[in-house]
Amino acid sequence: MYPPYRLTLTRAPRKPLIVLPHTLSEVTGPVFGHGDIREADNDLTRQHEGEPIGERITVSGKVLDDNGRPVPNTLIEVWQCNSAGRYRHRIDQHHAPLDPNFSGGGRTLTDAQGNYRFVTIKPGPYPWENHPNAWRPAHIHFSLYGTAFATRLVTQMYFPGDPLLPFCPIFNSIPDPKGRERVISKFELNRTEPGWSLGFRFDIVVRGREATPFEGKK
Amino acid sequence: MRAKSKTGRVLEPTPWCTVGPYFSVTVNDSNSVRAIAAPDAKGERVKLICAVFDRDGKPVTDTLVEIWQANADGKYNHPADRQEKSIDSPFRGFGRQITDENGACEFETIMPGRVPGPRGALQAPHLEVGVFTRGVLKLLATRIYFSGDAANAECPVLALVPKTRRATLMALPVAGQPGTWRHEIHLSGPKETVFFDV
Ligand SMILES: [Fe+3]
Repeated sequence: MYPPYRLTLTRAPRKPLIVLPHTLSEVTGPVFGHGDIREADNDLTRQHEGEPIGERITVSGKVLDDNGRPVPNTLIEVWQCNSAGRYRHRIDQHHAPLDPNFSGGGRTLTDAQGNYRFVTIKPGPYPWENHPNAWRPAHIHFSLYGTAFATRLVTQMYFPGDPLLPFCPIFNSIPDPKGRERVISKFELNRTEPGWSLGFRFDIVVRGREATPFEGKK
Repeated sequence: MRAKSKTGRVLEPTPWCTVGPYFSVTVNDSNSVRAIAAPDAKGERVKLICAVFDRDGKPVTDTLVEIWQANADGKYNHPADRQEKSIDSPFRGFGRQITDENGACEFETIMPGRVPGPRGALQAPHLEVGVFTRGVLKLLATRIYFSGDAANAECPVLALVPKTRRATLMALPVAGQPGTWRHEIHLSGPKETVFFDV
């Protein structure tokens, strides 16, 4: 629970979590493959006839586990608003234009070295109803499966230097300042494509799975 | 090799952030999975209805419910399951659905088999469940067991849950509809479901 983010008051559990030693149920999880994604799924600028309005960017990086090992073939799903700050979603009523050439959803698998890459446009900030004059800093939502049920991760990627970050209760619900730094992407000149797009790097660390409890613990 | 931190990790995991209201921009009808088990999967058919409620007992809409389960023999379709049991190819074991205006969603599956738990003791048939909704800041992991199953009494994981709270993990059979089970997930409040730190 984090009271400045109001909705946590009615939705966050209040009773203590029960610590669950990892069993086969937690160290296994859904396996995804190339059949689960389509070719242009990782290029959000090519999902319609025309090109979306906005600043073209690439977001790329590596998925590692907490032992520093690359996580190959894991499904990454992203979603974001358009450059004006509006999601293509029935409950988003922000008074900003929809872009007919932008849906805002993407999917990809990491390669054998844990690398991934998306092409998109920079999302805009948008207002929300948490408190008077509440604005979300620009962000891209990420969902990852990792290697097991217990390694599931949902997070948000932010942009360096965004002036809205200090005011955002969702960003600040991450208790540790170092943790907050880890969800801010880095601008890297060597990831730009000259004359085409700016490049941001976002490396993601998912929890490693614990040693299988069936080996050595019997 | 790099030195490990106090937590035994080389790298700290990326923090969780809420899923927000708009995940269905990506997790949509085309990639949601209602059939955890295809019609020809081995096992006793189960239709499972899940319904999610908040602290005030109000239905929680636009929420992603994910299920992970073992097949009828108690084998997971995953390389880390090295038990000498066979994979049932029409059974993937994964499902995900978005709750509707009543906070509910439905899955088609089969009754899972028993899988080993801590120190090899068999667990009772159960599903692993993840709940993803706005206002929640980390992985909400819970389980679904089947009320009345004799194996529940000897499940080493249920044994970790205080007796008074075990009922919050039990799906109930729907009267007059054989094979149909209903399970309520209460995020908070007097009927709060047991959630696990995994
Ligand atoms: Fe958002």
